[in-house]
Amino acid sequence: MITLSAQPFDAGDELKAFEARASGAGAIVSFTGLVRDRASDENVRILHLQAYSPMTERGIEQAAARAEARWPLTAIRILHRIGDMGPGEPIVFVATASAHRRDAFEAADFLMDYLKTEAVFWKKEVTDTGERWIEPRAEDYQDSARWALTGED
Amino acid sequence: MADILYFGRLGDVTGIPSEHIALPSNISNTLQLRTWLDGEKSLGGALLEKTVRLAVNSEIVADPHPVKDGDEIAFMPPVGGG
Repeated sequence: MITLSAQPFDAGDELKAFEARASGAGAIVSFTGLVRDRASDENVRILHLQAYSPMTERGIEQAAARAEARWPLTAIRILHRIGDMGPGEPIVFVATASAHRRDAFEAADFLMDYLKTEAVFWKKEVTDTGERWIEPRAEDYQDSARWALTGED
Repeated sequence: MADILYFGRLGDVTGIPSEHIALPSNISNTLQLRTWLDGEKSLGGALLEKTVRLAVNSEIVADPHPVKDGDEIAFMPPVGGG
């Protein structure tokens, strides 16, 4: 259900496998994040992803458990790259299955916001002119804050 | 001896991803560890930043948290993947 992979993956293959596993669900939502080819007007050569195992995996498992507690999901898949990847390569794949679309959409959105701002990864961009570590943007934190529970949980 | 890990940009700043070091007897918590290592390496405060969190044996802790020989202590700048 949760995988960190140092090898490239094919999002289409992942979706097919997930559809097979989630058969019977009324709705499947999937999201694929790709390495951008441009950053701050520079060409990106490599994106490097660093994780801290097993803390990274444990955190993602806890986020998946929170999603399952909040939405009636029948299946979840989270696949995240680590190591070096090039422009256009998939960096993350998230899929959720549920009886109805809204729950699947929201759970996938929630999981991506977790991955962007709380998951234990560090990202380094190597461009034509040098390299720099990237930290979440203010918008990423705002997106993530939308899921704060108020009262009922 | 303790294992110290430097993640993200801190690996570049220190020049090493990790090190195995003997903790001096006067270093018993994370706050003292930050100050001592930052001074030893002349980092100018990179390990003291509030956004840099520490994990002791894979648990994120709040300063000051006890540290001792045998611990794995990670310096963690702001995280984020995707």
